[in-house]
This record gives sequence, C-alpha cells and structure tokens, in this order.
Amino acid sequence: MIAQRQILLLISLTVFAVASIVFSLLSGSVDITVTQLAQDIFSAEPNLNSQVLQEIRIPRTLAAFVTGGLLALSGAIMQVLLRNPLADPYILGISGGAAVGALSAILLGATGFWLSNAAFAGALFSIFLVFGIANKFGNWSVTRLLLTGVVVSAGWGAVINILLTTSSTNNVQSMLFWLMGDLSQSSVNPAHYLLLLVGLAGGLIVSRSLNVLIRGELLAVSLGVNVQSLRLLLFFSASVFTATAVTIAGSVGFVGLIIPHMLRLVGARDHRILIPSCVLLGGSFLVLADSLARTLIAPQQLPVGVVTAVIGVPAFILILRSTIRK
Amino acid sequence: MANLEIQSLSLQIEDKILCRDLNVQIKENQRWGLLGKNGAGKTTLLHALIGRRPADHGSIQLDGTSVYDLKQRELASKVGILFQQGIEALPATVFETVMLGRHPHTQSLLWDHKKDIDIAEQALAAFDLDQLKERGVDTLSGGEQQRLALAMLLAQTPQLFLLDEPSNHLDVAFQVKLLSVLTNKVAETSASLIMATHDINLAFRFCENIILLLEGGEALVGRSDDVLTEENLSQAYGCPIKSVSSGEHRLFYPA
Repeated sequence: MIAQRQILLLISLTVFAVASIVFSLLSGSVDITVTQLAQDIFSAEPNLNSQVLQEIRIPRTLAAFVTGGLLALSGAIMQVLLRNPLADPYILGISGGAAVGALSAILLGATGFWLSNAAFAGALFSIFLVFGIANKFGNWSVTRLLLTGVVVSAGWGAVINILLTTSSTNNVQSMLFWLMGDLSQSSVNPAHYLLLLVGLAGGLIVSRSLNVLIRGELLAVSLGVNVQSLRLLLFFSASVFTATAVTIAGSVGFVGLIIPHMLRLVGARDHRILIPSCVLLGGSFLVLADSLARTLIAPQQLPVGVVTAVIGVPAFILILRSTIRK
Repeated sequence: MANLEIQSLSLQIEDKILCRDLNVQIKENQRWGLLGKNGAGKTTLLHALIGRRPADHGSIQLDGTSVYDLKQRELASKVGILFQQGIEALPATVFETVMLGRHPHTQSLLWDHKKDIDIAEQALAAFDLDQLKERGVDTLSGGEQQRLALAMLLAQTPQLFLLDEPSNHLDVAFQVKLLSVLTNKVAETSASLIMATHDINLAFRFCENIILLLEGGEALVGRSDDVLTEENLSQAYGCPIKSVSSGEHRLFYPA
C-alpha cells in the first residue's frame, strides 16, 4: 500500500531536486542572485550572466542530474536483478569496458565526441561479452551472471592498469579524472533526457513485479511474474542506463550503490516509490556534488566522483545509524 | 473451481524415478494429502504442477489446458503454492508482504484497489496476524512467518491450493487452525487443495484423498481410509507403522 508518508517523501524529494538545481545554477565564480536567476535564464539580450548560465551552468547541471538519475536507477535495478545488496551499476563490468574505451581514446588523443563514443562502444562491448559468456551454457542463473560480471570487471581493471602505467603523465591526469568521474567535459542531448524518462516510466511499469522478484525467484514465478523475460529486460535496461551515464561523466562512483539503499532505509522499499525516488535523489545528489566539486577549491576543480564519496559515506553512515537506533 | 488432471505422469531426477505413470484427477471441493518418505518426490511433484519442472512423460492439465502452455499470470491466478522454505525475512512489513499475494490479480499499474486491500486484510485476520500488520517481517518468529506465508497464499485466492509442509514451525493449535481455515476456504470457494506433509495424522484428519508415493516411482492413489493402512505406510516409509483407533480418530505411529 502506498502510504501518505511515501507520497510525502516523493514531494520532499521533488522540492530537494529543484533546490539543488537552483543551488547549482547559483554556484560558481560569477555571482548570480536568486532574484536575477529567472531573468538571466530567459534573457533575450545576451549578457555575461545569461551566457554563463546558458552555455556553462545549465548544461552541466542537467548533465549531472541525468547522470545521477540514471546511475541510481541502474543501481536499484541491479540490486533486484542480482538480489545482492552490494550490487551497483558497475558490478557487471560495464564501467570497466567503458573505461578501457575511453582511456584508449585519450591515449590516441581523442576528446569530446570521440571520447564519448569510445566509452559507449567499450560499455556495449562489455555488456554483450558478459551476457554472451553467462548465456553460453543456456539457462543463465543470477549467480553465473554475477560471477561473469565480476571476472570480466577484474579483466578490464588489469587493462586499465596497463594503460595507466604505460601512458605519459599528461594523459594519466585526464585518465584519472575520467576514472573518478568528472562532469567538466560533459554534455547531454535530448536522447539522454529521453532515456531517463523512458527508464523512469519503464521502471514504474515493472515496479510491482520488482516488488515480487526481490523476494525470490520461486515466489515471483508462483505469483505470475515471467522471471526469465523480466530479468533480460532488467539486465539490458540497467546496462544501457549505466553505459549512458559513464559516457556522459566517466565512472562516478557511489551514487548507484548508496542512493537506493538510503531510500530503502528511510522506508521507500516499494519499487513504485523507490524508482521515482532514485531518479530524483540520484539526480539531485550528483547536482549538489558537482556544485561542490567546482567551487570547493576554485578555481581548481575536483573530480565529482571524489565529492560523491566524501559526502556520500558520512551521509550513508548517519542514516544507517539513525534507522538502526529506531 | 479448478479441475486438475494428471495423466500418466512420469518425473525423474537424474536417474532416480520419482513417479511413473501417475494418474490423478483432482476436482473441486477435494482435499488431497501427498505423502511419501524424504526424497520421494513430493516437492518435485508440486513444482511440476505449477509448470516449474518439465514432465518427463505424460501431461498435467488445468481445466483442459496444459500447465506448460498457460501464461504465468493466468496460472498464478488459479493455482497458489506455499513453498517449503517459507518466505524470506527481508526488511518489509507484514502488510506489504501479504499484499504481494494479490499480484496475479492486480489491474492497476500503481494504485492498490480497495478490494485487494480488503482481501489482504481478511487473509491476515484469518491467521491472527492483523495486530502485526506494520511489523517488519524480519522481526517475526518462525511460526509467525509461516502464518504470513499462508496468509499471502490466502490473499492470492487460488482455486487450487498447493501446500508444501504447511505445518512447518507451527504449534499444534495453529496446525489445526490452519487446516480448518483452509478447509473452510476450499468449501466456500469450491476450490481444491493438495498438501504435501510428513504428518500422516494431519493428512488423515484433513484430507479425504491421498497420494502415497512409494519406492521406485509407484504411487497409491485413493481415499484416505483405503490408502492409509498400516501395511501401505510401512511399505512407503520402509519402517513398521502401526495405528490405533478411537472413535472417528485414527492415530499412526512408528512401531
């Protein structure tokens, strides 16, 4: 049953999302006040403020929101699919594949468009590699999928280390930023927003089935869930969300693991609530983290992945403690 | 109302034959006990009945359609099963859990209909769980968890109840209560029931029909009075079993 409390949670998360986006638009070296904000965003005459907003802050903020939303969504789905609380978007080696693609591109001197495409190609290759191996012997079980993913992931890790140790210092710097997750080069296009919306809608459509599947395969089957096709759908959709997120921002850690857990801890266990909550909180969390990443030690920028961990770890421990005490 | 027809069914695990050429017809208002010693194939047979295990030979038809051809959801709206291992104690409330039983019947994508909520609440009340509605499943005792699993099955409102060791973790009072609740439900809704159990006495008391699995894939099928004899049971369990009668009651015990 969807209780009032959970509707309240959704409303607060929506408010939080709006607030974090406004905060992000206001943060930076050029001072813009809240009162000016609306005016500047829609300003027809270009001035410095409106240019900063339209060309830098808005795209970056939206990129952060989409990436965070996709990662949290993917994490929540992976945790159901693998029935493992440690599952995160990267557990099946997708980010590893993307990283090898991206690092190779950096090695070859590629940036922007080609870098993104190389990352996405690497991620896709990894998805089909893992699925192919896990599926090879027919009747793919969750355990086999998990083991395959972890092993492939370890393989990519080795390749990443080879690339890092054999590259020039210059390249290593950008490689490390990519690996930790960084939004400074990011851009999103309409397809990315669309994917997030489709993911949200699709997640809501299967949310009841997710509620059953998380209780175990046998029970799900006995309650009429077509487990085989649902799992395929979950695997491929979570993979595409992850691949897209890492293509936008590199492998930003932590969001996909802790956001779903935080939400479950505060009572959003029902996937009809959890799925939209993940999109909202995942998005706002990354927007906030990125605002801090570019202002904390300005004019220097931190990789956003570092900030997600720095705020994420204590926040998560706090919630864990407070829910246990109850 | 469901009519289950098992025709010349054979089931085999590796090279062990669990049943060979089994023929049973289960009609509305019937309660069947499924007995046999450990590893005789009781659970496997139940799983085959919901299409989870392919038949090596023969057919299982529910109202004239093979259970292997039925859509998962359609099957689930007619046949409900209580698994032997019970439900997992995840952090979820009792009410959230019993509502899952309504899954095969839910029409709306996101909202819960009043009708489904009412059915779930009645199911909780039937097993005295209405006071524990908001409790976490992980805080329940073993017996309470078993009752919750039964309440979830009741909320599923199946026409055929399959029960794998329903009396697990239950004290004697609840064993009797559980079976009288189910017996009433079966009578009320013209449903039917198959119960796999180790408890010969419980089966004798509540089931008028028995499938007794024997060594080597043979099975005795028939009325409880005819099948549950000292001789048959001793053969099935491979140990001498005696009985005493007192009025309508008959009690079996290992000699």
